[in-house]
Amino acid sequence: MTVFSILWQVLQTLICLLAAPLVTGFVRTIKARLVGRQGPSPLQPYRDLIRLLHKDLVLAENASWLFRIAPYVIFGFTWMAAALVPSFTTNLVLIPAADLITLVAFLGVARFMISLAGLDIGTSFGGLGASREMLIASLAEPAMLMSVFTLALLTGTTAPARIIDYVLAGGVGLQVSMGLTLVSLLLVAIAENGRIPIDNPATHLELTMVHEAMVLEYTGRHLALIEAAAMVRLMLYISLISCIFIPWGISQSGKGFEGILIGLVSYGAKVGTLAAFLAVFETVIAKMRVFRYADFLGGALLLSLLATLVLYVSEAV
Amino acid sequence: MTIALQYDTAHLIGAMVLLFGFQLLYQRRIKAVLSTFALQAGALSLAAAWQAYIQNAPHLYVTAAIALVFKAFFVPFALNWLVKRLGIHRSVETALGVGPTMLIGVVLVALSIMLVLPVTQGASALTRENLALAMSVVLLGLLMMITRHNAVTQVVGFMALENGLILAAVGVKGMPLVVEMSVAFSVLVAMILFGIFFFRIRERFDSLELHYLETVRGDRL
Repeated sequence: MTVFSILWQVLQTLICLLAAPLVTGFVRTIKARLVGRQGPSPLQPYRDLIRLLHKDLVLAENASWLFRIAPYVIFGFTWMAAALVPSFTTNLVLIPAADLITLVAFLGVARFMISLAGLDIGTSFGGLGASREMLIASLAEPAMLMSVFTLALLTGTTAPARIIDYVLAGGVGLQVSMGLTLVSLLLVAIAENGRIPIDNPATHLELTMVHEAMVLEYTGRHLALIEAAAMVRLMLYISLISCIFIPWGISQSGKGFEGILIGLVSYGAKVGTLAAFLAVFETVIAKMRVFRYADFLGGALLLSLLATLVLYVSEAV
Repeated sequence: MTIALQYDTAHLIGAMVLLFGFQLLYQRRIKAVLSTFALQAGALSLAAAWQAYIQNAPHLYVTAAIALVFKAFFVPFALNWLVKRLGIHRSVETALGVGPTMLIGVVLVALSIMLVLPVTQGASALTRENLALAMSVVLLGLLMMITRHNAVTQVVGFMALENGLILAAVGVKGMPLVVEMSVAFSVLVAMILFGIFFFRIRERFDSLELHYLETVRGDRL
């Protein structure tokens, strides 16, 4: 542990918070352009968050303490999880604690809290959103864990930094299992972030909304925290996928400032590319019926199972 | 180029064919099924071309070309035309839900891996895993034929099964071109026969649902 590893950790923690609204805004702008609209500036999410932070809080009469602490817990756990994913360097002070299973658990806590908060007020929309969120979670979490297990079988570890070291050392090569895991994780990421085939982040249409239904009752700084948590979560998944599957450019421990600079630039490029891909994907695909979620996420689970199976083939020969 | 990279690329393309096999089971629209089938045939052609390159066997390029022209373009177009011409209902009717079907698919993949690996112990690594993947594709094709009511999707299942056979054939060294050519052309003939058969079934029963045939056969009264 050095001064630098603390410094980089602080920098990374700040980046994943401060750049997250920009990524969300960037995705929205590209989506707007792709459908021929002018669209808001990519900086709009910052303005929205600032506006929400300045607004007064309105609480429902029957809101319990749970409703009030939920936004802080959700935001805290999501931010903490995001701080654990190495983005531009693996020389971070928290890296020994970073573990993919811990990450899944942190996100699970955040999801649990948001569902409870959705139920707390007792409106029908909150309950509807919470039940759908649980449906998605019950399918997405096993798929995510199965992907993690495949990675662990392949690289011998569940710590992202060690996976990066292993991949960069050429220990994996062009593995089918990695490809299948990537597809599976992409499907999970789309579902977990409430992006289009599963949930539409831009709608308040009662038939389709999931995330929005749970947070309908929130106002002011509570809403700002929940929105920010959603943005950080998108950033987290983008960072996770880019650090495991395209780790090239990331600065490993022992490299100087030059390495950090390369790491930062390549991280920016990776995030930009993945965000653009997400926007294109969301534009070309249609929203799915709720009853088809099981097929979509079941597909993700089966892909990760298949990845494990194929792994045994290549190990046996 | 290193052996490991050759092996991994072959493995990757084989897995791509398998993945499209799963995609065939997942799709619910006949049009989507047909375009997925075209993609699978494209991946198969890529696999054949790659094997031609690493085995240094130019005749496999012919196999790749046949797969690309006939199976990735001609067959899907012809089936699309048939679907339009016959005015078939555009969604896929399944005998079993999509989820359970895909679950059975994964079990079949596990089965073929467990079956192929012990049997082919003497063969080279590339052949063995290629055979395991090819066998899975064949079994998925069979599964598709079993779990779909409509004749068009059953034909797609049959063609996917044949894709698996070709995948197995290109992975084995020294498979003569004549065999592959004859397989490709017999499939083409089968495709034309199926086309005529579709019209006959439709004329008779006003539908391509195959359970109407059961009463004719005497299975059901």
